[in-house]
Amino acid sequence: MAEFRLPANSKVKKGKYFKAADGATNVRKFNIYRWNEDDGENPRVDTYEVDMDKCGPMVLDGLIKIKNEIDPTLTFRRSCREGVCGSCAMNVAGTNTLACTKANDEIKGDINIYPLPHMEVVKDLVTDLTHFYAQYSSIKPWMQTVSPTPSGAERLQSPEDRAKLDGLYECVLCASCSTSCPSYWWNSDKYLGPAVLLQAYRWLIDSRDEATGERLDDLEDPFRLYRCHTIMNCTNTCPKGLNPAKAIAEIKKMMVERQG
Amino acid sequence: MDMNTPISKVRGLGSARSGAEEWWMQKIAAVALIPLTIWFVASIVQMTHADYFTVRAWLASPVSAILLLLYIVIGLYHLRLGLQAVVEDYVHGGGMKVFCQFTILFGCAVIAVASIFSVLKIAL
Repeated sequence: MAEFRLPANSKVKKGKYFKAADGATNVRKFNIYRWNEDDGENPRVDTYEVDMDKCGPMVLDGLIKIKNEIDPTLTFRRSCREGVCGSCAMNVAGTNTLACTKANDEIKGDINIYPLPHMEVVKDLVTDLTHFYAQYSSIKPWMQTVSPTPSGAERLQSPEDRAKLDGLYECVLCASCSTSCPSYWWNSDKYLGPAVLLQAYRWLIDSRDEATGERLDDLEDPFRLYRCHTIMNCTNTCPKGLNPAKAIAEIKKMMVERQG
Repeated sequence: MDMNTPISKVRGLGSARSGAEEWWMQKIAAVALIPLTIWFVASIVQMTHADYFTVRAWLASPVSAILLLLYIVIGLYHLRLGLQAVVEDYVHGGGMKVFCQFTILFGCAVIAVASIFSVLKIAL
């Protein structure tokens, strides 16, 4: 059965409190989930007071300031700091998002930061995405063709067909949507989840791809595709403003269409 | 110790190559249930204060009997698909899963046959 309660060693406890430096007038509290495998302790939430007059505008700026100036043990992934790499996906103020594109001003009260939900934590805000990436590779996210590659020319695509990829190609695979999906929480061993299904649709709808039927064969499965119950958390949480739920609905329509 | 590669876990037993028809039938049943439910609720409300013989006469009329049979069969079919989805979502243990699926299928079948028999007994 699905587990609805945390095991005893996963109960989150109150952690340390780091006060802001004297003289700070514009202070906000960052409550951040902390856990590491080495100390054998339960996870805890540490609170950091941050002087917002000396901090950049985004949640990631706050995290970097904390790591640089207050607590170097705080661990998180980040790279591009402009929403194209997808590394800093985490649960901020109750919603999965990219810390680098989420402004502190958008959040009321304390800034609560947790790792992506229902994923195994490696340390602090870093989750294990191995299975997620394996699922992505399983849909063969590259162009498959049977016709010979045109010599000295590209495979042509009309502007209309190219436009069908808009709203799909922008996905940075940050896993915010998949880890917000209850179906993915309970059945991620077999259900591919919204991010991977959106990527699958990106290749299904590409006019240059010639493996549409095989792709649909691989997806038609009660778990891989049909665990989606149109809950819409994916679309609600996507930090890039994309609509994975719609992409999944389009795949389901293609499945019916080919039945005749 | 699990030493399978991540991709071997994802590929697993492969695609079942099914699910589309069930999904489509669930949608069709759902659409069919909209007018049937409105008709059924309206009929029952209308007969709130009716006596036993009035209700029996209503049930015995061909139109009511046919619509009620449709409502029961389509409703139970939809119920079975819905409960099946709940089990697939939440029940992961092998034995328990099989037990739930059997119970749902037999439960719905028994209710369907008993209901059809009852309606026909009055209508015919």
